[in-house]
Amino acid sequence: MALLELSGISKHFGAIQAVNDISLSLEAGEVTGLMGDNGAGKSTLVKMIAGNFRPSNGSMRMEGTELVLHKPVDARRHGIEIVHQDLALCDNLTAAANVYLGREPRIGFGPIGVLDYAAMYKRAGELFKELKSETRPRDLVKQMSGGQRQAVAIARTMLSKAKIVLMDEPTAAISVRQVAEVLNLIRHLRDQGLAIILISHRMPDVFAVADRVIVMRRGRKVADKNISQSSPEEVTGLITGAIEQV
Amino acid sequence: MATTLDQTIAQKQHSWLSSLTASQTFWVLISVTLACIFLSFATESFDTQKNLYNITRNATFVAIIALGMTLVIITGGIDLSVGSVLCLCSMVLAVTMNAGYSIEIGILASLGTALVIGLFNGILIAYLGFPPFVVTLGMLSIARSLAMVASNNTVVFQFGPDHDLLLKLGGGAWDFSLFGSTINVAYPVLYMVAFALLTGFVLRWTRFGRHVYAIGGNEHAATLTGVPVRPIKVAVYVISAMAAGVAGIVQTGWLGAVTTNIGAGMELQVIAAAVIGGANLAGGIGTAFGALVGAALIEVIRNSLGLLGINAFWQGTFIGGAIILAVMFDRIRNLRQSE
Repeated sequence: MALLELSGISKHFGAIQAVNDISLSLEAGEVTGLMGDNGAGKSTLVKMIAGNFRPSNGSMRMEGTELVLHKPVDARRHGIEIVHQDLALCDNLTAAANVYLGREPRIGFGPIGVLDYAAMYKRAGELFKELKSETRPRDLVKQMSGGQRQAVAIARTMLSKAKIVLMDEPTAAISVRQVAEVLNLIRHLRDQGLAIILISHRMPDVFAVADRVIVMRRGRKVADKNISQSSPEEVTGLITGAIEQV
Repeated sequence: MATTLDQTIAQKQHSWLSSLTASQTFWVLISVTLACIFLSFATESFDTQKNLYNITRNATFVAIIALGMTLVIITGGIDLSVGSVLCLCSMVLAVTMNAGYSIEIGILASLGTALVIGLFNGILIAYLGFPPFVVTLGMLSIARSLAMVASNNTVVFQFGPDHDLLLKLGGGAWDFSLFGSTINVAYPVLYMVAFALLTGFVLRWTRFGRHVYAIGGNEHAATLTGVPVRPIKVAVYVISAMAAGVAGIVQTGWLGAVTTNIGAGMELQVIAAAVIGGANLAGGIGTAFGALVGAALIEVIRNSLGLLGINAFWQGTFIGGAIILAVMFDRIRNLRQSE
């Protein structure tokens, strides 16, 4: 049984058909590259999975049961986490504070519990160790490299028992060395048995890390195949429309 | 490899000493202390019990409001209405008590007024997306005008049956003996210390405080991670207005009279105190202790100019210089970091 199954998902904003009749399934322990030109509908599709938008048509099933998401918190509760393109980090807070942002653990009684700093530092440290990233929980995010910032954003998704991680252009604006670091983080998540959707414009990254590639063009899915059976040339053709569909 | 990674992760980058010397508040505190030491040698009257009593009491009104303002500034906002809100709340208290109501009712009416103003500011800013500068600038004008309406622009100095109680609340002092000499601490100072401890606790140890910093650091990120951004923004403007209300009540008790021009221009002193104490107007940075230190520095400057016999017209120059100097330290540090 697929971890997440989309069938006939569409989304339109007024007269604009952003996503048109998309069906796909995600398996645990698999990295799926989602590619397409600007405006192909990648972001809209991902935002529906993340609970930002509700589909106009179609249905989603998670582990066989119907999945209805009204807001991002619902998606999070079902184990769907998203790493935003801008990472959504607060520069003025520590790495641990960013990991726990919006779900800080507290000790004490009722509504006036105090923040549990010790637990936050300890768990954040464990997560960074798991990710094999040299990131210190007590450091301010302001002082961190692109790779460390990615680690913080990814550690956030590992706090809860996530099953699906959506990554929006994680390698768009960082150095070559840091790209390698981020790709390792992705492989690590996959080895933990998570399903990962990697949205990227960068062909080499997708071919380096993905098991499968899905190409979208003008809101439609034009390819969905094993990465080993495809090639960068074919994907480029699919993105631009030189190749109609495979 | 595993141990080195462990060590790296466990390592604290800064010792407490280096983080202390990196803080603007620390250096301002040092300047306040040095100024006090200098003044106690340079003048006869600085380190007298009476002068210290006055300085600490005078600083409280700005300090209490600066505590609320610091929260607003940390979220990246500004509240220009506090001086007028102080005036309106004082006037509501005065008029209510003057009409023969008890002090409890007077305080309730006064804080109720502050609550309504805070909600008005906060809801316009958080839910309707108004710029904080504009909303609170409007409120600066509205609140003072309402104070004039409420009192018909007269001076109120009769506070009904609880007149003496109100004057004691604001003008009284707590006396205790230490090393054989009697020390008096004005009640307002005690209120200030209590509010500062509360604010400091909330900022450091509660989820609310953490989220206040998060909103100032990256509001978009805070929204995406599920921080209730809008309610928290409303709350900080309510807290700011309430702080102005409390300061107004205490000041009324101390002055024993309310005119419609009290608190005029006070918003600038309050913002100056917060900024000198290390709050960053860009948001995300600031502490409760900093607000107190900033307020203390402003009051010491004012007091010392008088004692040193320098013309009071120079006051603005010195306070303005302190603002620029305090922030200059911060800039220099940032420049060094980026290199």
